[in-house]
Amino acid sequence: MADPMRIRAQATGGNATVKVLMSHEMETGQRKDAAGKTIPAWHITEVDASHNGKSVLTAEWGTGVAKNPFLQFTVKGAKAGDKVAITWKDNHGDTRTDEATVS
Amino acid sequence: MTTRRETLKRSAVVAGLLAATGLFPQYASAAFNKSAFEAKNLADAFKALGIGTPVESPSVNLQAPDIAENGAVVPVGATVALAGVKQILFLVEKNPTALIAVFNLSDRVDAAISTRTKMAQSSDVYAVAVMNDGKVLYAKKEVKVTLGGCGG
Repeated sequence: MADPMRIRAQATGGNATVKVLMSHEMETGQRKDAAGKTIPAWHITEVDASHNGKSVLTAEWGTGVAKNPFLQFTVKGAKAGDKVAITWKDNHGDTRTDEATVS
Repeated sequence: MTTRRETLKRSAVVAGLLAATGLFPQYASAAFNKSAFEAKNLADAFKALGIGTPVESPSVNLQAPDIAENGAVVPVGATVALAGVKQILFLVEKNPTALIAVFNLSDRVDAAISTRTKMAQSSDVYAVAVMNDGKVLYAKKEVKVTLGGCGG
């Protein structure tokens, strides 16, 4: 339902640097619409990053993470051909997983 | 004949029931610490997270701009020059809710995380490292914001 994440995983010296750009409104719940009604909070609450199927990093996010969240981290002992998968869950119960191959 | 839609609906109901039993933790959202993310200031956030008072440390390196033109998107990064980092947290002192993100690191990732935060106004930004041995270290930097980013 949401746009796919852009994941770039590059092998450098025995590790893989992973950059992720997610597509999500990350609505804070502080804004008001034109009619003056508060737009409810809608944000990613949990993120899970896995390498070859094993979770290596998880995160909890509040409304303070910027819209269309960016995340960069480095997986140790990764090489070209390995799989990196990112999953997010938001406060509506929606979820999305995208995968990339380390290049 | 059972339609595919029926089968999927039934699977969803069963999955929901199983999740409620707590036997399948990957479906439970117990991981999201709501009260920590609703805390209005640093002290309350640390208390809700159950961690001790952080100690400033040169081993924690916080990357953030001196001036953020757009408070809606401020790049922040943290690296910790120590082994045994359990979590990296980002907080913005003067945001309506101070805690931005909690990253739980396994030993398979470097203690180096970059992301982008919203800032309501000029404020101190904190990177906090929670170590496996319970120590809590931090670095902070003042970031000036010319256009606030929380929409309020």
